[in-house]
Amino acid sequence: MLVWILFLLCQVGAPALAQDLCQRDAPNGYKVRISLKTALGEDAYEWNQSEMFFFQATMAFAMRRHFQMETYNVDNIILCVQTSRVSFWFVVTSPDNTTMLIPKADVEKAVRMSRHRINNAFLLSDRTLEFLGIYPTLAAPVNPDTPPWLIVFGVVIGAVCVGIIALLISSLLQKRRKEKGMTEDGQDEEDMQVKGVENGINLDGTYNRGFTDDDRFTKL
Amino acid sequence: MRCLQVSNQDLEERIPSYEELEKLENEEAGDRPKWDNKAQYMLTIVGFCVGLGNVWRFPYLCQSHGGGAFMIPFLILLVLEGVPLLHLEFAIGQRLRKGSVGVWSAIHPYLTGIGIGSMCVSFLVSLYYNTIMAWVMWYFFNSFQETLPWSQCPVNANMTGLVSECERSSPVDYYWYRETLNTTPDIDNTGGLQWWMVLCHVSAWALLFICISRGIETTGKAVYITSTLPYAVLTIFLIRGLTLKGSLNGVKFLFTPDMNELMNPTTWLDAGAQVFYSFSLAFGGLLSFSSYNSVHNNCEQDAVIISIVNGATAVYAATVIYTIIGFRATEKFDDCISGNILTLLNTFDLPEGNVTENNYDQVLHSLNGTYPEVIQGLNLKTCDLNSFLSEGVEGTGLAFIVFTEAITKMPVSPVWSVLFFIMLFCLGLSSMFGNIEGVLVPLQDLGVFPKSWPKEAIAGTTCVLCCLVGLIFVQGSGNYWLSLFDSYGGSIPLLIIAFCEMVGVVYLYGIDRFNDDIEFMIGHKPNLFWQITWRFVSPAIMFVIFVFYFITKVQETPMYKAWNPESENFPTLEEKEYPSWIFAIIFILAGIPGLSVPLTAIYKCLRNRCCKKDNEFKQDDLNTIAKQPLKLTLIDTLL
Repeated sequence: MLVWILFLLCQVGAPALAQDLCQRDAPNGYKVRISLKTALGEDAYEWNQSEMFFFQATMAFAMRRHFQMETYNVDNIILCVQTSRVSFWFVVTSPDNTTMLIPKADVEKAVRMSRHRINNAFLLSDRTLEFLGIYPTLAAPVNPDTPPWLIVFGVVIGAVCVGIIALLISSLLQKRRKEKGMTEDGQDEEDMQVKGVENGINLDGTYNRGFTDDDRFTKL
Repeated sequence: MRCLQVSNQDLEERIPSYEELEKLENEEAGDRPKWDNKAQYMLTIVGFCVGLGNVWRFPYLCQSHGGGAFMIPFLILLVLEGVPLLHLEFAIGQRLRKGSVGVWSAIHPYLTGIGIGSMCVSFLVSLYYNTIMAWVMWYFFNSFQETLPWSQCPVNANMTGLVSECERSSPVDYYWYRETLNTTPDIDNTGGLQWWMVLCHVSAWALLFICISRGIETTGKAVYITSTLPYAVLTIFLIRGLTLKGSLNGVKFLFTPDMNELMNPTTWLDAGAQVFYSFSLAFGGLLSFSSYNSVHNNCEQDAVIISIVNGATAVYAATVIYTIIGFRATEKFDDCISGNILTLLNTFDLPEGNVTENNYDQVLHSLNGTYPEVIQGLNLKTCDLNSFLSEGVEGTGLAFIVFTEAITKMPVSPVWSVLFFIMLFCLGLSSMFGNIEGVLVPLQDLGVFPKSWPKEAIAGTTCVLCCLVGLIFVQGSGNYWLSLFDSYGGSIPLLIIAFCEMVGVVYLYGIDRFNDDIEFMIGHKPNLFWQITWRFVSPAIMFVIFVFYFITKVQETPMYKAWNPESENFPTLEEKEYPSWIFAIIFILAGIPGLSVPLTAIYKCLRNRCCKKDNEFKQDDLNTIAKQPLKLTLIDTLL
């Protein structure tokens, strides 16, 4: 009889003891906040007891993965203070002694190690599955060897240099062509310019080319 | 009005006569360059007038002075001030066929100072304007990345969090003030040359050199792209902007009229100043460009067309800008509200979706009633759409902070970024063509460079010189120097010069002679509207604007806004007073171009006086010698 009463007490007491371990602002516990609608919108699933069980399983997995020697079970993850926000507190008990809690720091290490797996299990991200107190590590910045702007700058400056060289070459060529042209029809131009300016009076008559020396240099 | 005209001796000897002009026109002799076709001329002028001010000054003025109501003073002053001055510059350039120094020394030697003043102002403006081009190029180079560098804060040295300066302000602010300018907390610290900015600065001047190396031969080709591309990009942005959420909020905010603003004299002053600066008057560039026209080009029609195009572009650009600003403000407002809603949900553990944008105010009110201390402790941000719409929407802040932020929120951001900065670059480059023209042609007229030097060498030397002097603006404190040059170098002297231009043409050159010139060039005399505006209305408006500007600038203590991470109100810019040695610089910037008009006149007068006796002697000799051969030949023919 006494044994039976003791057994009954144990059955009732265990969860009560568990409740004492897990409470709001527990020193070794973490608060978890989940934002399903923000993450998934229309495809958001309902958060129910099955999901809670899944969470316990995932946390047990994370603890096993980190410690590797000890076999954590779903019963070692105790949840409490659930709200309709979808937020709750959890604590982790040691598999050897269910009254002993795993310290906060160890739990944090386990969560950090498997954060990516935990997020993916629930189709959430660092922002929508929050462990309050465990800050997500920032992504390492991607530093390319050459900053991309230097590449574009190089292209533009190359085009500008080509442009300047083309300009200088074309102006040199133009100058040479002009000089060549000048020596060839230099004689004709001299004759054209004489438009009958004699003694300071403009004689606007037509210039009779019969009087020009076409054959200044006799052709052989 | 003969009594009001000052006697101007020997004017005919200094300017080409009608016969000479006809000869030039018909025989196409003469070594002055010419436009290939009318389209090149119009595009160049449009490009010169339509610049960065149309994009980032006009929309701000419009929105801050009563939206739609601002159109009224703007249009009135456009007609009374802009169009007459424009017509005057076009006509006098076309008639006298010289650059600014040439034109004014031809009208009267004592007025050469106006030309020199124009040249100085063009030089000062070119210096800092091309630095803005360098900034645009930097952003353009950095737009070729999938995630734009100004969309997120960089991580700090030990990878524990974001850089503190960026976290406290915003990624776009940090990128502009720290990674682009690397600005110092005040103008006294120079901060040294920023190498990346020096590279962009040099490339901006090199690109400009290619386009202006042969004068209008090369600029005339370049303007086909630089003047038309901005319109294409603006249209693309308009279509994109109108499809974004919240764009109509911006347009409504811009154009909602507030008629009370019309009673405010500052509105009229700002409208007048905007019309004046928008038309790039008194820079000398317009005069130069018109002098390459054919003699019988219809300058009256051109003036009207250009004014309409300039005004319409300003309104169009304002609409486009404000669709994007409306989008950004709506996004920020939504983010602000969502942030507050999340805070409420988290604090009170309410299920998601309980508090939405619609019932936010109700829920907040009821929660405030039941848990007032908790609500106080939360420090919820006040979200006001209008304050987001009026944030930093002027000047470089608009282009490099507000607009870049809006672009990061649009899908396919790099494309929009590239388009936007190409547009800004083209707008600025086409204005630079006019500025540099206003520097190069007077230098040639004054004979500073030897005649044997080809055009390319002159352009190259000027560009290299401006590039070196412009290195002031790529230091750490460069931004402060730029706003100093902008406020003092590009404002007051222009008003003085424009006023002197009008008075010089109307009263020294002679309004009657000017009317005859226009009749010779376009076939009919200018009508009553032009007569009244040239003689009284426009000079009066210029004078009033100048007096008010001068009084306002002189009365206020010059202050500047500094980016100081250590200041109390960071990230708000800190207002600081200029140090005392800056006043010498301000005097040089504003005083020298303005004072060049009277000083040159006095110099010429004194030189004339002391050499007057020698001149008279020589003139008499020439007269006697010149008359003699005439007598001889007459006798010859009679015989």
